[in-house]
Amino acid sequence: MEKQKISMQLQCPMPKLDFDIITLGHGSGGLLTNKLLESGVFELLKNPMLDQHHDGATFCLGGPLAFSTDSYVVSPIFFPGGNIGDLAINGTVNDLAMCGAMPKYMSLAFILEEGLTMTEFWEVLVTIKFAAEKAGVQIVTGDTKVVERGKGDKIFINTSGIGVVHPKAQINKARVKPGDKIILSGAIATHGVAILSIRQGLEFEADIATDSTNLNHTVASLLDVFGEKIHLLHDPTRGGVAAVLNEMARDTNLGIELKENTLPVHDVVASACELLGLDPLYVANEGVFLAVVDPEIADAFLEMLRKDQNGAAAAMVGTVTEIHPRQVLMQSGIGGKRVVNMPIGEQLPRIC
Amino acid sequence: MKFMNEFRDQAVVEQYLGEIAKTATQPWTIMEVCGGQTHSLVKNGILQMLPENVRMVHGPGCPVCVTPLHQIDKAVYLTEEKGVILCSYGDMLRVPGSKRSLLESKASGADVRILYSPLEAVNIARDNPGREVVFFAVGFETTAPANALSVLHAYRTGVTNYSILASHVLVPPAIAAVMNDEKSNIQAFLAAGHVCTIMGVSEYEPLADQFKIPLVVTGFEPVDLVQGILMAVRQLEKGEHKMENQYSRVVRPEGNPEARKVIETVFEISDREWRGIGNIPKSGYEVRAEFAAYDANRKFDVDIEKVPESSECIAGLVLKGIKKPHECPQFGKKCTPQSPLGAPMVSSEGACAAYYHFSQVMS
Repeated sequence: MEKQKISMQLQCPMPKLDFDIITLGHGSGGLLTNKLLESGVFELLKNPMLDQHHDGATFCLGGPLAFSTDSYVVSPIFFPGGNIGDLAINGTVNDLAMCGAMPKYMSLAFILEEGLTMTEFWEVLVTIKFAAEKAGVQIVTGDTKVVERGKGDKIFINTSGIGVVHPKAQINKARVKPGDKIILSGAIATHGVAILSIRQGLEFEADIATDSTNLNHTVASLLDVFGEKIHLLHDPTRGGVAAVLNEMARDTNLGIELKENTLPVHDVVASACELLGLDPLYVANEGVFLAVVDPEIADAFLEMLRKDQNGAAAAMVGTVTEIHPRQVLMQSGIGGKRVVNMPIGEQLPRIC
Repeated sequence: MKFMNEFRDQAVVEQYLGEIAKTATQPWTIMEVCGGQTHSLVKNGILQMLPENVRMVHGPGCPVCVTPLHQIDKAVYLTEEKGVILCSYGDMLRVPGSKRSLLESKASGADVRILYSPLEAVNIARDNPGREVVFFAVGFETTAPANALSVLHAYRTGVTNYSILASHVLVPPAIAAVMNDEKSNIQAFLAAGHVCTIMGVSEYEPLADQFKIPLVVTGFEPVDLVQGILMAVRQLEKGEHKMENQYSRVVRPEGNPEARKVIETVFEISDREWRGIGNIPKSGYEVRAEFAAYDANRKFDVDIEKVPESSECIAGLVLKGIKKPHECPQFGKKCTPQSPLGAPMVSSEGACAAYYHFSQVMS
C-alpha cells in the first residue's frame, strides 16, 4: 500500500507554488481560485470536458441512466490504506454500481478549511486522479469553496456520478423473493475498524487498512453472466450489514436469516472488535457489497465472485424468508437464535 | 481467533446443555450477576437453548445501569456549567440524566470525549494545562484499578488539572441486597468472572454460607456460561451451597493483589446509591481524603438538586431479577433504546437493551 502511494506521488509530483496553505481567497472565485486550479488541479484531472473550464459539462449518454450523490466528511482525512479522496470516488462509483450501472461521469466539489496545507490537498487530489482512472470515470465538473478555520475539518468532499445501466441489470427491491440467497463479497468491518484504530490512537499488532475500492468492474462482469438473476445489490457502508439488511426486510416485507459462522471477518478485525466491544455487523464497510440472488445461480455466482480480485473472501451468509417478515434473525455460532436490529446511532464502546 | 473460538464451540456447548437437561430434575432460578454475561447469554441465543426448568434472571451487574441519575446530572453540570473536558467510557454517554444525556450535552457544544482508558484522560489534562479534565470513573471492581491508577499517574507526574467523578460499585454487597429482598426467588448465582479476576474469590465463600446458595464464578463466552450453569445446577440438585470457580483460566483464588493495592491506595469503601435499587451500605468506592485534589466531587462545588427517577421505569425490579425486561408495561413501547426511560435500556450490558436488541420479537 505504501509503495503504491509513493509511486503515485512520483508520477504526479506537486508543482512548485508560491503558496503552501489554502487561504479564504482560494475559494473567492477570483484570481487566487484560478491560481489554485491552474496550479495543477486541472492538469491532474485532465479530460476534454473538464478542459473546457465551463460552468458545467454537456454530454450524451444512451439508455437508462443511474444518478447518485454522496458527501464525505471522514476524520482523519488520511488513514491506513487510503484517504478521503479515494473514498469520495469509490463511494459514488459503488453507489452507481449497486444500481447495476456503469459509472461514466462525475462531479467533484470541495469544501476546504482555511489553513489546509497544499501538500495534503495535493495528496488527496493525486489519489482522486488514480481512483477515477481505476474506476474508469471522468471528473467533468467541479467546485471549490474555502471556509474559515474551525468551520470545517480540513476537507469535505461531495461527488455526484452518472452511469449507464447495464443492459442485463434488473436491480430492484421488489424483485427480492423468498428463497433468494444473500452473498457478501468480502470480509466485513475492515474499513470501520481501520478508521477507528487511527481515530482512537489504537495500535494493533498488524495494521488494519481500509478495503475501500471501486466495485464497478466486479459488478459489471457478474451482471454480464447472471443478469436479471441478480435481484438486489447494496453496499453496506454506514450502519454496516445490519442496517442494510434491516432496511431490506422492512421495505420488502420479507424476513432474513443469517448464519453467524458464515460471516466473513478477518481475524485481526474480529479481534479488534472483541477488544473494542463492537459488533462487526454494525461496523461500516467500503469495498464490500451484498448481493441478493436467485437460489439457482447462487453457487455459480459465489464461485465467480471468489475468483475476482474483490471477492476472494466472498461468502453465502443468509437466505430471504417469508416466515418472519420485516425481521433479521441470526443463528449464532453455537446454534442459538437472535434478532439483528437496526442500529440506533453510532455504536458506543462498552465499559468492560 | 485463538483462545476465543475454543469457547464458542457449538459441539461443546451442546454437550453441556445436554448435561444440564439431564441433571436438572426440578425448576431452578439462577441469576447471572454481570451485565456482560447477560449480553452474551442473549446475543448467543443461550436462553432459548436452556431446558425450560432452568431459568436465568439478570442481575444488577451493569455499571451504566446502576449509576445514579444524580451522578449523570453532575457530569452534565461539570461539562456544561464548569466548562471541564468530561471524559467517559462510551456507553455512559447515551444514559438519560434528569434533563439530558452527555451525548446531548456534547451535541450542544460541551467538550465530552469518549475514551478507552482513563490514562488517556490524564494525557489530555497534561496537554491542556489551562483546562480542567474530569474522568467519569464508573464501573465495578473491574475498572477500579485503572481509574485509581490514573489518579496515581496524575499525582506522580504533577498533573494537577485532572480529577475523577467516581461512581464505583461493588458486587458482593449487591448479591447480599438481592438475597435480602423478600421478593427475591434466586437460588444460585453466576458471579462475575472479571470482577473476581481483580478481587479473587475470598469474598464469595462467606456469601455462599450466609445465604446457603451456590455461587459459581463464571466467564463470558458461551462455553463458560453453560459450564457455569451446569456447575450451579449440580450443586442445587445435590443440595450444596459452595463457591466454585468455573473461570479458573483467568481467575486466581487470590485475584490480582497488585491491582487491589492500587485500589486500596486511592479508594475507600463507602455507602453508595444504586440507580433503581437505592442505597446499599458499604457498596461503593470513593476517593480517599489524601487524594481530595483528584476528586471532582470535592474539587468542584457541585450542589445540584436531586431529581427523582421516572415512576414508569421498573429498573430496580429488573436489576434485582424480580421482573424480566419484557414484563415491564413500557418495554418496547414508551421505552426503547432511542428514547429510554431508564438506564438498563441504554447500555449494551443492560438487561432491557439486551432483550430489545437480541430477542424482543422472538419472546
